[in-house]
Amino acid sequence: MTARPYNFAYLDEQTKRMIRRSILKAIAVPGYQVPFASREMPMPYGWGTGGVQVTASIIGPGDVLKVIDQGADDTTNAVSIRAFFAKTAGVATTTDTTEATIIQTRHRVPETPLNREQILVYQVPIPEPLRFLEPRETETRTMHALAEYGVMHVKLYEDIARHGHIATTYAYPARVADRYIMDPSPIPKFDNPKLDDCPALQLFGAGREKRIYAIPPHTRVVSLDFDDHPFERTKFDAACEFCGSTDSFLDEVVVDDKGGRMFVCSDTDYCEKRQASKTKSAAE
Amino acid sequence: MYVAVKGGERAIANAHALLADRRRGDRSVAEIEARQIDEQLSLAVDRVMSEGSLYDREIAALAIKQARGDLIEAIFLVRAYRTTLPRFGFAEPLDTQAMALSRRVSATFKDLPGGQVLGPTFDYTHRLIDFSLGEPADPPSPATVPADNAPTTPRVVDIIAGDDLIENSPPAKDGAPVADVTRDPTEFPADRDARLQTLARGDEGFLLGLGYSTQRGYGRNHPFVGEIRFGEIEVEMFVAELGFAVPLGSIAVTECQMVNQFTGGTDGEPARFTRGYGFVFGQSERKAMSMALVDRALRAEELAEQRIGPAQDAEFVLSHCDNVQATGFVEHLKLPHYVDFQAELALLRQLRTEDRGRTTEGYPSSVVRRPSSGARAAE
Repeated sequence: MTARPYNFAYLDEQTKRMIRRSILKAIAVPGYQVPFASREMPMPYGWGTGGVQVTASIIGPGDVLKVIDQGADDTTNAVSIRAFFAKTAGVATTTDTTEATIIQTRHRVPETPLNREQILVYQVPIPEPLRFLEPRETETRTMHALAEYGVMHVKLYEDIARHGHIATTYAYPARVADRYIMDPSPIPKFDNPKLDDCPALQLFGAGREKRIYAIPPHTRVVSLDFDDHPFERTKFDAACEFCGSTDSFLDEVVVDDKGGRMFVCSDTDYCEKRQASKTKSAAE
Repeated sequence: MYVAVKGGERAIANAHALLADRRRGDRSVAEIEARQIDEQLSLAVDRVMSEGSLYDREIAALAIKQARGDLIEAIFLVRAYRTTLPRFGFAEPLDTQAMALSRRVSATFKDLPGGQVLGPTFDYTHRLIDFSLGEPADPPSPATVPADNAPTTPRVVDIIAGDDLIENSPPAKDGAPVADVTRDPTEFPADRDARLQTLARGDEGFLLGLGYSTQRGYGRNHPFVGEIRFGEIEVEMFVAELGFAVPLGSIAVTECQMVNQFTGGTDGEPARFTRGYGFVFGQSERKAMSMALVDRALRAEELAEQRIGPAQDAEFVLSHCDNVQATGFVEHLKLPHYVDFQAELALLRQLRTEDRGRTTEGYPSSVVRRPSSGARAAE
């Protein structure tokens, strides 16, 4: 039982081929959830096994990998996944959004716009947007097949009737290429507009649920809403304490036990770059 | 402070070093060896092999040591190891009549060919803590009988089937594909081969609870233990190059055949008992029996029974019985969720602000149609 030499990026080539076929199908049918034979991974289900399998299947020796969780490169799970690929694939890693060719993410889309050379890989816990309205897979697959999405609109309407708002703030459902309704994974709805017409390929991997879906580059992605209740991006009344940004997603940090709060960018790379350029221009 | 989870590599390395230290425990106490676990905690090894879907005592024992005795963690380790192993093919179907039996009991017949063999069992022990185990001791050697030359022991359900009183299991079809739930995503409705595979690696506790629920009226199926047998059996694989099956070794297994509530008698078909089947690696009657109860419950649709209990709902049972999946997803809740939480917090504050407005104006301001926002334009 000495350490076995694992294949490049952990998965064997047969498995990668199977996953790549699923990815190709997912790209061909935007927003459709393709079942795939998800493998057991050396990290727990629910901790990014779907994203890790997608990344492992598409990564090559020349790729530069960035991994974020909650927008940050230094959260423990992001550190762990980055270390996994550094070890099993020996690829270069980065925290710089612009340098990365593959970005694996949990719960955020980077603030820095992506380009056509990049692939964004989402870790997805529950791929089925209708799951909490209908627990049965047999039912939801039929609903997707028939594009029978009335139940979702009823849910959003009930939110408005009850709260005056659509009370979904993350994992906000969107329609892809005018056909399938998808769950963009639990990104805040603040990030939803970034999915639309994005030049980068977006891949979604759900390991436990054994599903892969995709948004090809420059695909129309529309967050569900009503004419009289249009989709609204979450707005913050505060600015980032560090970089002063007023148009990025902010994390609230409790600074003392007397109700003190401060707001900082959730995207650490974006925030650090802005701080650096401010320092630079101040020095000049 | 929650931001403390932004700790990075050093925090993780330190945590793992601490884990390794706690696993070892007090250095003045002898370190446990995997071999001791295999020999003396063998039922734990059996469970880890079963639910880890890998028959390898050495790996399972090592996993238990590494997991500090947390069996679900050990099962997870074994699964993650197993998934990297190459697949050569499928074994030939096991003929459990040919088992070298250590134990075999039937609750349906007082005596039967092959007899009742109690074997190593906790049954009929008094559950009193044996304080003498506090000190090392050699238990006396167990009684033995001359080896039985009878090559096979007939299965009780086959005896019943001889009188046509129980449904026949569909015969195995030569060359028909077998489901492999580790290589294909489960589709619903799932066939019985995929269901049985999923149950065989399902969580013992979950299946125990479901099996129990069928006994308490949530999908009752009137079970009798036709037979439970535990012993060693040889595994063979057909090698095309050789043209015959070669033995790969022998494994210890537990098989449970339940005899259940009969069907027929009204539609021209004579009334017959039905079957539920359980099969696991090693010795685990609790798991094999629970599996057999749940297998039978999941046949409700096939047998045109009303589905009233969770144990009869294949999507519910099969989607939730895997403890590696379940523990991963439940425990992922401790990963940071502050982005989503922040989004909820913002909405909640907005609702409360508007709520205060409602008491003065009579309706929330958000219900009033507003001009398109910037966010809309950004879409």
